[in-house]
Amino acid sequence: MIPSKEELNHALKMRHGEALHTRISTAVIAVCGLGGLGSNIAVSLARAGVGKLILIDFDQVDVSNLHRQQYKASQVGLDKTQALSQNLREISPYIDLETHTVRIADEDDVRKLLSSADIICEAFDHAEAKSMLTNAVLELLPDKYLIAASGMAGLGSANAIQTRQITSRFYLCGDRLSDAHEGLGLMAPRVMLCAAHQAQMALRILAYEFEP
Amino acid sequence: MVKINGTPLEIAGTSLADYLDAAGYDFSRIAVERNGAIVPKTQYADIILVNGDTLEVVSFVGGG
Repeated sequence: MIPSKEELNHALKMRHGEALHTRISTAVIAVCGLGGLGSNIAVSLARAGVGKLILIDFDQVDVSNLHRQQYKASQVGLDKTQALSQNLREISPYIDLETHTVRIADEDDVRKLLSSADIICEAFDHAEAKSMLTNAVLELLPDKYLIAASGMAGLGSANAIQTRQITSRFYLCGDRLSDAHEGLGLMAPRVMLCAAHQAQMALRILAYEFEP
Repeated sequence: MVKINGTPLEIAGTSLADYLDAAGYDFSRIAVERNGAIVPKTQYADIILVNGDTLEVVSFVGGG
């Protein structure tokens, strides 16, 4: 039986304390890209009780995603926005989800899609897209917090994944070096580690803990 | 001295764009922080580095 909204809220309040639970449950966090990083970030944030997630990805679930992304074999072919929404609602049935099955291509998209978020998680795959989103958010939406990721491919040490603060509003997670390419693929645990760094930093910001 | 990614460099008077170019950065994969603020890409050519500047060049790699 699915617990009521009150039961779930009570459990989170007991765990996090009323003040922090209120901040988490009223937060709006955007996740840009729903692959290995984004799908894992979203799962962590949904479990923590984040009130609203904005989920953005143009892509569909592919069989080659299943080794690291939070989708099931039965969801191959679905839009990632739809598949992840299903999975998140199984975890957190009352979460508010806003989905956009689009590519964030330019500054207009950034303004249009991300203006209502408090915190934005960059979870794209390509370096150029990461750079575009980072520059656009920090230039156009200077009151937002941006948590980006770079360098999490391969089987390098888990301990090399770090969170660093670049400006007062810009955090960067990853080892900064491990470029994904043929022969250096993405492994579930290391991508999840990096996603966990991003989700943890988002929760820390909501708790007014701004150190990385 | 201009400090870039923690390394002090004698490059005062150089434009940011010229430094980034000489250092081999791919402009489509970076974000640049200067003295605590992000530098819009459209300003790279106009910014002349001065002694005391502290910069961080974030160079993104793929994967996610």
